[in-house]
Amino acid sequence: MCVAIPALIKSIDGQLAQVEIGGITQTANLQLCPQAQVGDYVIVHTGYAINTLDRQEAKETLDLFEAIARVAQEEN
Amino acid sequence: MKYASEFRDSRLARGLISKIERSSRTPVRFMEFCGSHTVAIFRYGIRQVLPKTVTTLSGPGCPICVTANADLDKAIALARIPNVIMASFGDVLRVPGSYTSLQAVRAEGADVRVIYSAMDALKIAQNNPTKQVVLLGIGFETTTPTIAAAILQAEQESLTNFSVLSWHKLSPPAMKALLDSGDVALDGLICPGHVSIITGSQAWEFIARDYGIPCVVAGFEPLDILQCVDMLVSQVENGVAKVEIAYRRGVQHEGNTVAQQLMETVFEPCPAQWRGMGTIPASGLKLRPEYGRFDAEQVFDIDPGPTREPEGCICGEVLRGVSPPVDCPLFGKVCHPENPVGACMVSSEGSCFTYYLYGGKNE
Repeated sequence: MCVAIPALIKSIDGQLAQVEIGGITQTANLQLCPQAQVGDYVIVHTGYAINTLDRQEAKETLDLFEAIARVAQEEN
Repeated sequence: MKYASEFRDSRLARGLISKIERSSRTPVRFMEFCGSHTVAIFRYGIRQVLPKTVTTLSGPGCPICVTANADLDKAIALARIPNVIMASFGDVLRVPGSYTSLQAVRAEGADVRVIYSAMDALKIAQNNPTKQVVLLGIGFETTTPTIAAAILQAEQESLTNFSVLSWHKLSPPAMKALLDSGDVALDGLICPGHVSIITGSQAWEFIARDYGIPCVVAGFEPLDILQCVDMLVSQVENGVAKVEIAYRRGVQHEGNTVAQQLMETVFEPCPAQWRGMGTIPASGLKLRPEYGRFDAEQVFDIDPGPTREPEGCICGEVLRGVSPPVDCPLFGKVCHPENPVGACMVSSEGSCFTYYLYGGKNE
């Protein structure tokens, strides 16, 4: 029910955006996420974008996983 | 950055698993509140790669599963009213109420339509001015703002043939009721990621503070869940209980204030009946009086008659995390996805369905 997926905003016309999810273009309503801009990834749930995804935070999380993986490799 | 494949990297997963194996000493039971987490945990085989010390339990976070038969009966009665078009998210159709399902009454001629978005229901209302369109409003905080937005849009467009049957529920009061019941002892809570996008991680602070249970908000990719388990294990081993986020790219402390505001404008808390958990105070959402003309309970006079529970079904225990689906005498025998007896076998994120699909029956 709370399934929501990352989608890339390709264009915005008023409150509606064209977003791409795995190569398929869909319409997403931006009413709950007015800060979203073209080029942003948003989380889309039942046709509404509910948040933009933070690239910097995602990168920092992945960097942390890299560091953890390095430590694990060294210990093994 | 696609925000998906990067978080499924098996090399990074091995690193996280190895970190969890090194740090986990105490046997722990973590509950994932959210049904989508249960699905992700099974789909990615997370249970199999975690050390023996870590057990995960499914919680009540499946809106379709926790909907009471009394509510289902009401929707079915509504759908049978001539001139009504019932607009519903797909999974709900197959859930058996006391005597029948929306799918069965549709086969008998009721106009029940599957929608993907609340916007679809508005379109149906616009295109069918002589019919009454009822949107089945179901879901936790993730979905509720979208229904609120649709109600406000209906108001703006002066739609007079659109209403919502609100089954909306709030997640934190359910978690509180579950903990207060003392039915299940937990060492950590895997907090729902997309509910928390709306509520913010702040919604779970009372659990860490009042119950001393570590809380970590997780995303839905395998690395998100492993990171969450790692953070929970660290809290347990260090003897602390606080709220952390393992899904920082999507969830903030304060949540989506625009969405919160929309929900607040249209809905107010009310007592709600949960399958397996009874009536929980202030855990449901009903339309505020000023939006009464969009409230299907007020627009229609509905009397579904007495309710009844399926015999032998233990959905209630499953939803509270007290029993796994395999303990149900009906599981996989009488009750399976083609012939679901209880709601948890219908919903694509119901615990019973997930166990059945991913072979949890042999656990």
